[in-house]
Amino acid sequence: MSSSLFGAPLARDIFFAFSPSLEPEALLKRLSEVPKLAGVTLASRLEIRAAPETVSSGISEIDTLIGRLPRGCLTEVCGPASSGRTSLLLAAIAAATRRQEICALVDTSDALDPPSAPAAGVDLQRLLWVRCCASNREGHDFSRANKTFPKTRTLAPEKKKNAKSEDAVEQALRVTDLLLQSGGFGLIAIDLGDVPIKTARRIPLTSWFRFRRAVEHTPTVLLVISQQSCAQTCASLLLRLEGEKLSALSYQRSVNAHFGNALDSMVGVSRAEEVFANPGTSACEVPNHAQLLQGLSIRAQVLRSRLERKPVKSDHAAFRTKMPWAG
Amino acid sequence: MTQSLDDRQMPFASIFVPDFPVEAILRGEPELRLRAMAVLEGKPPLQKVFALNENARRASIELGMTKLQVEACTDLVLRSRSLLQEAVAHAALLDCAQSFSPRVENTACDTLLLDLAGLESLFGPLPKIARDMARRASDLGLEANVAVASNADTAMLAARGFSGVTVIPVGEEADRLGNLPLNVLFAGLPSDDQKQNAEQFLETLERWGIRNLRSLSALPEIAISERLGQEGVRLQQLARGATSRTLVPFDPPLVFQEAVELEYPLVLLKPLAFLLQRMLNQLCARLAARALAAQELRLKLELENGWQSEDGEIRALSAALNPELPSRRSARTGEGTRSHTARGLFQRTLRLPVPMLDAKVFLKLLQLDLKAHPPGAPIMKIHLSAEPARPRNSQNGLFLPASPEPEKLELTLARISGIVGENRVGSLELLDTNRPEAFRMQHFAPSEPRGLKPDWEGHDFSRADKPFTFVVPSGLQPTRNLLFRLFSQPGKQCPDPDQRSGNLQPGSTPQEAGNSNGAVTALRIFRPPLRVTVTLRDGKPKHIVCSKREKVQGEIIWLAGLWRSSGDWWEQEGWARDEWDIALQTEPGIALYRLVHDLLSGRWFIEGTYD
Repeated sequence: MSSSLFGAPLARDIFFAFSPSLEPEALLKRLSEVPKLAGVTLASRLEIRAAPETVSSGISEIDTLIGRLPRGCLTEVCGPASSGRTSLLLAAIAAATRRQEICALVDTSDALDPPSAPAAGVDLQRLLWVRCCASNREGHDFSRANKTFPKTRTLAPEKKKNAKSEDAVEQALRVTDLLLQSGGFGLIAIDLGDVPIKTARRIPLTSWFRFRRAVEHTPTVLLVISQQSCAQTCASLLLRLEGEKLSALSYQRSVNAHFGNALDSMVGVSRAEEVFANPGTSACEVPNHAQLLQGLSIRAQVLRSRLERKPVKSDHAAFRTKMPWAG
Repeated sequence: MTQSLDDRQMPFASIFVPDFPVEAILRGEPELRLRAMAVLEGKPPLQKVFALNENARRASIELGMTKLQVEACTDLVLRSRSLLQEAVAHAALLDCAQSFSPRVENTACDTLLLDLAGLESLFGPLPKIARDMARRASDLGLEANVAVASNADTAMLAARGFSGVTVIPVGEEADRLGNLPLNVLFAGLPSDDQKQNAEQFLETLERWGIRNLRSLSALPEIAISERLGQEGVRLQQLARGATSRTLVPFDPPLVFQEAVELEYPLVLLKPLAFLLQRMLNQLCARLAARALAAQELRLKLELENGWQSEDGEIRALSAALNPELPSRRSARTGEGTRSHTARGLFQRTLRLPVPMLDAKVFLKLLQLDLKAHPPGAPIMKIHLSAEPARPRNSQNGLFLPASPEPEKLELTLARISGIVGENRVGSLELLDTNRPEAFRMQHFAPSEPRGLKPDWEGHDFSRADKPFTFVVPSGLQPTRNLLFRLFSQPGKQCPDPDQRSGNLQPGSTPQEAGNSNGAVTALRIFRPPLRVTVTLRDGKPKHIVCSKREKVQGEIIWLAGLWRSSGDWWEQEGWARDEWDIALQTEPGIALYRLVHDLLSGRWFIEGTYD
């Protein structure tokens, strides 16, 4: 009965719709009038997603490389220890607070060094610092925790450490959810830099999908720093950082193959140059108090970008960080 | 009814709440409004009906019946009289009146008189003002009669005699009041002596066959004076609506407090939330009536356990709100006694970053706070007060960046505190000391964004009122700073972050590019610091072993330091340490750490990593 009532007119409409005598415009119009296709948007009318608004990361080399940080997207920065991840994070927060935006740092490992933030230019009044920590059980939902874990449990040290990290990561995810729902933040940063890779990879992909959907169409920059990529395809931009060189004020020398064996230029310190130029003088003989860590040379590489804009020159760039006392 | 009063007459309004003790309780339990209800007073088992509502009267309940007698009526709801709730209801009534006129007379606990002169241009004609008053009183949980007349006493009699809203035009006072019974002249007498005299008057008039005000006003004045004295003449003038007296304005203290006395102790937080919701709604309605908002919420719970003298506090509140109530209580209960009950006190204070007026937000904040800090004992009484403040009136600029709504942000912060723990969320404040980890957390309350200026002066890095923001403490690493200045070129100064020049990206503002030419190497702190075992050679660290982290161990391939610092040696918490910057070879590459030797304990730690 249903086919006799609805099937015949539909078939006739489609027949008319695909009649070669119709113009393309009329064809589209005709198609949209078909009852079954009324709610379906034609592929030809799908809007092209607009390129997201971008903001400065606070480091011009990074901005040149990635075309600045996109709003409404998840950006992930990964790298090992001493690769400049935290420096980039603080630079991005500083740039955001200079724009008078409110920022939030979800510090999974409670690793923020308070003096480093103002030294990087962060307006502390505009930075919400959330210190996740597994050891602090105050304010926890004990009823839920007791159901999940037995009251007395003896874990091996490594397992205990992982369990603590998982607690901290769980807190971080819940806090990020709340912050994204609250809205109004210019930048929300999740610091997973000290979370073990194993734990970070156990974060469900659904969480990252949820974050990506929550931050979409908002002016918030969602920045994640980690040791290795954990947001997978949910990250619109994936940036990898590596330490290249160590800069010291008195002298700079290669410290291993990774940093390169080339002697870097002396930073206008003739005394240190003399000491190092003497082949018979080892580094140990140089007074250690005459040396000063000046900064790091960082190499950044774009691993994945889903933005419209392609990198300007290449997929990598280098920049230097300076210690607060080095100006 | 809708005629306006003569412009030459001073219009007055009266607000009267019938069955006030019942209304005070119904304010906290509005679901009982449609049921018969009686309020009992007295010590058990000698409790008697002190007040009742209209439904109870229809059920043949009368004043003065004993509890045993009224318990036979199954549909009747019985409640004990609560002086605290009456005081709070009276304060709400005062707020209602004060929201219309600044000249309010506190005639009785259930009656107020207002001077309406000049208010027509503000609020409209007098009937509309009267209707608005009744509506606002209803919003505050009190069903009140409102009457407007050309003199205060007529307005008061009309409010006590007629239900709803009444407007008496000039010259019709005697006619409109004529049908009222004689007892409206004696309603609201505070003392027993006055009540006794009133009963004598009523008895005399009853014997004369005088049963309403029209009959009383028709009597010859000289004859009344001869038989009843000046009091009789005064009553006749009242009945004719011809009295004239001066209003005695009352300036109530700006106290916004709600209280509930519970029949049974509350054990769970969920039913407490229902009560708090009602109280918050009332509190917000009162604040809104006075065009104010709440800056601080104080919750005080009287618990079953512990010892607390409650009498003094209640009397203080009652005295502040209504000086009449304690004397009435003393007269009725024959007390002056101070009852000590076994109750503890639990207090919580919520300080809000900006003045707010949203009962839902307040409720959620209180719920989250109570969840984190449960009272720990059954609850007997609930006091909730608000610190009033002018409401926040700010308009965001069109070109200013969006920021979280204060109400939402406050809720979010409370929720996050519930997850990560108290004092682990907020903004950072550096302390003026070289001691490591010298900072404290403070409540996150971002300032309003200022207009972006097109020049570099848009950023005020040296605000005098916030000394620690944006300012790198000058003496943070004195030895490192000194060394840098010694080795660097003469005259070279550490540039200020806002003075650095940067490459301006297309579409970026100067503010964005202010610090784009070089990032500052940040330190990641290990909390707590990692304990390490250090092997020394020639007094310098050469090898470290960390049992907690496998990556943090091995031969030190680069070393700078030591940087010695100490402080607070004159206090018990003195500190002294040597710092080293070291580089270790790790699997992914070189890692830089800060190695610390605690000179007081002799232990070595890895404090953090440069990243």
